[in-house]
Amino acid sequence: MPVIKSLEDLKRIREEALKKQALKSTSGKTEIIVGMGTVGIAAGARETLKAILDFIDHNNLEDIIIRQTGNIGIDSFEPIVQVILPGEEKVSYGRVNPEMAHRIIKEHVLGGEIVKDYQIQD
Amino acid sequence: MATEVKEGQDIRKIVRTLVQNHGDEKAELIPILQEINREMGYISDEAIKELGERMNLPSSHIYSVATFYRMLSTEPRGRHVIQFCESAPCHVAGGRLVWQRLLRELGLEKGETRQDNKWTLLTTSCLGLCGVGPVMIIDNDIYGNVTPEQVPGILSNYE
Amino acid sequence: MAYFRSHVLVSVDPVCVEKGAYDLIDTLQDEIVKQGLVDEVQVLETSRIGNPETEGIDLMVYPEAVHYTNLSLDDVPFLVEEHFLKGRVAEQYIRETKKFLDEELNAPRTKEVRIILKNIGEIDPLNIEDYIARDGYMALGKVLTEMTPEEIIQEVLDSGLRGRGGAGFPTGLKWRFIRNANGDQKFMICNADEGDPGAFANRRVLEGDPHSVIEGMIIGAYASGASQGYIYCRAEYPIAVRTMKIAIEQARNFGLLGDDILGSGFSFDLEVRMGAGAFVCGEETALMASIEGQRGEPRPRPPFPAQKGLWEKPSNINNVETYANVPQIILNGAEWFASLGYKKSTGTKTFSMAGDVKNTGLIEVPFGITLREIIYDVGGGIKEDKKFKAVQTGGPMGGCLPESLLDLHMDYEALAEAGSILGSGGLVVMDEDTCMVDIARFFMDFTQDESCGKCTPCRVGTRRILEILTRICEGKGKPGDIDTLRYLCDEINENSLCGLGKGAPNPVKSTLEHFLDEYEAHIYEKRCPAKVCKSLIRFEIIDGLCTGCTLCARNCPVDAISGERRQTHVIDPDICIKCGICEQLCPYDAIEIK
Repeated sequence: MPVIKSLEDLKRIREEALKKQALKSTSGKTEIIVGMGTVGIAAGARETLKAILDFIDHNNLEDIIIRQTGNIGIDSFEPIVQVILPGEEKVSYGRVNPEMAHRIIKEHVLGGEIVKDYQIQD
Repeated sequence: MATEVKEGQDIRKIVRTLVQNHGDEKAELIPILQEINREMGYISDEAIKELGERMNLPSSHIYSVATFYRMLSTEPRGRHVIQFCESAPCHVAGGRLVWQRLLRELGLEKGETRQDNKWTLLTTSCLGLCGVGPVMIIDNDIYGNVTPEQVPGILSNYE
Repeated sequence: MAYFRSHVLVSVDPVCVEKGAYDLIDTLQDEIVKQGLVDEVQVLETSRIGNPETEGIDLMVYPEAVHYTNLSLDDVPFLVEEHFLKGRVAEQYIRETKKFLDEELNAPRTKEVRIILKNIGEIDPLNIEDYIARDGYMALGKVLTEMTPEEIIQEVLDSGLRGRGGAGFPTGLKWRFIRNANGDQKFMICNADEGDPGAFANRRVLEGDPHSVIEGMIIGAYASGASQGYIYCRAEYPIAVRTMKIAIEQARNFGLLGDDILGSGFSFDLEVRMGAGAFVCGEETALMASIEGQRGEPRPRPPFPAQKGLWEKPSNINNVETYANVPQIILNGAEWFASLGYKKSTGTKTFSMAGDVKNTGLIEVPFGITLREIIYDVGGGIKEDKKFKAVQTGGPMGGCLPESLLDLHMDYEALAEAGSILGSGGLVVMDEDTCMVDIARFFMDFTQDESCGKCTPCRVGTRRILEILTRICEGKGKPGDIDTLRYLCDEINENSLCGLGKGAPNPVKSTLEHFLDEYEAHIYEKRCPAKVCKSLIRFEIIDGLCTGCTLCARNCPVDAISGERRQTHVIDPDICIKCGICEQLCPYDAIEIK
């Protein structure tokens, strides 16, 4: 792990970190982000995440990155799942249970169409 | 928090190891008590006695600290510990009815442990999950958006 | 008045008119009529939307807040068919990001300005590089290479940052006190014992952006001359504790904590200490006692922690949020921070919305926003569209505010004047089905339980109040109770040693002031207007509506309901425990609570 001995070191690390992030977004992969903060978990995010992973595994889907994050925003919408298709804007879905998660992957991730019924404002 | 009852020797060994790892300064008292509580389910008189000797503190002081903090228990607990959030937001969001259902299903009052030692029913202060209230924790599992109807089902998950 | 399900806003500022905005509007209207949508979609004129540089015209569709850009007349038919008929967003005409829209048009719900919540949900909190990529630790770098401790203190003072834990004391001043205190060792402490029921802002920051707190503490330590810090986090937040420990470890590995930080010669380290379930440990002297391994009992001040704190050494205690604001104040400047907010309360504040409001969760808004805006605009209004009754602010030591006070501008002073406190920023919204006496009793139950017991007015006074309130809720209220309550409230408030005692009477005082009629109904009429207090309500089956389906009788846990099939059933009030199951189950709404 790099030890930062000066401000220059810090700036260098920032540049590298930014480059890494830029790479990620142009990697051509779809990102699915699941809010796994305490509130999300209390609302059932673990089951949702499992459903997503199972679906992807079961159907041998590739080029999808699954990430976790903390509590995203309005608690009453948890579990929150966000989908970023390559080159597109982030779309947020609220109160996602395992069934809804399957639908989202089928229609949005694979089919390219946002599932309006489940969408929430950012 | 489901634990087995530990024998005398085990207790002393656990306490000794903890003091070794944390150090015997007074400031380490609460962290050590928390670990004892976690390992053994509660802080027994034996543990207090041994701890007093190891840390060179009077038992009375340790006892006064252990009884001050809600998350430390000097009484043995059941196999499964239910902590129900009793704070205002959960209460307002329907917690009142869930609590009543819990009391009925378990046949217990707040703070009691059942005869067969399966359940201990406690209330907890706000867990900061008010957005998904009513909230309760059983052992380490967190349940949010709990409704009275869900209570029997949730309880049946535990042996 | 017709109810339109969609509104289309077309800009008719001079530039757009030049481009043909009115033609577009006409074409739109024609198309809408053609598709038979004239009763559902309304076209409105508005001021500028979007970039005047584009050749075509921009328009906005609500309620979805979709921004279509660069449209020409030819695009209209497809757009109308796609969006209004098929209900699909016509992707090809979409403008960049919603973020842009919100800034321009000030869409409702986004009255938020995220300073300390800026990174939440955007970074992986367990990855320090994510934080650094978003300018993390740059403020620290600036501070250690370009600023002196006195300059830092001045900057924080100029920003107007006040303690976010509730007391609202100017942070810069606190740091100056520590700086000037005598002592061979000084401590920097973070109060993460967010015990107020209904407050969870600290937890969100600790779990979602731990480094912002660490950075703030290091900067504060450098400014005030502290060499060691503690983050006292309540045990009810195990994930926050874990996340913070990992973050500290990472910061240490990167050389941002420990000896000779960034080669400046300044050394500082941090440790996490867990609470053990005592609400009173949120009080600063109790917190320090807890770290020292004692009962969390407050002690009188003076001496203040700045002179004699942890282990009698000069100590600074600030709330999680206070520290989290510091890096951005340093990076963006005091003026920027002071430009946000209202009167003497600069910057933003997080509010934890809970209770009967539609959108529960955490928001961050500049001071000055009104309660009404928070509850209705950001919060989305009352759940199930019931009527608003009261909102309790600031935690269990805050007062309950009725509808008449909803237009007050949120800041430290305004809330104090209204008989409440800003406190932790918790907001518990209550609807028309809440009994205010029950609520007062509920809060008093909490404070009584959490009273450390050290001083008599609090220890005994709260118990007396609780007894009286419980009696009133059970229908055993006596004339004279209200006066006794008022007297006790004043006594406890004036004579208690710490904030818990002083604030404990607030829910009772404020409900007595704004909801006196409910108290009087309970005491003199033995009636609970909100139909909550079990001893004062009766469940009754209405003769005309009951069909005798026996659903209630079968489910009554105490067999209090009797009746033949197809005959009106009856509830025996002596057996009934008022659990409410029958009322919930009845498919004919035949059970009433009186």
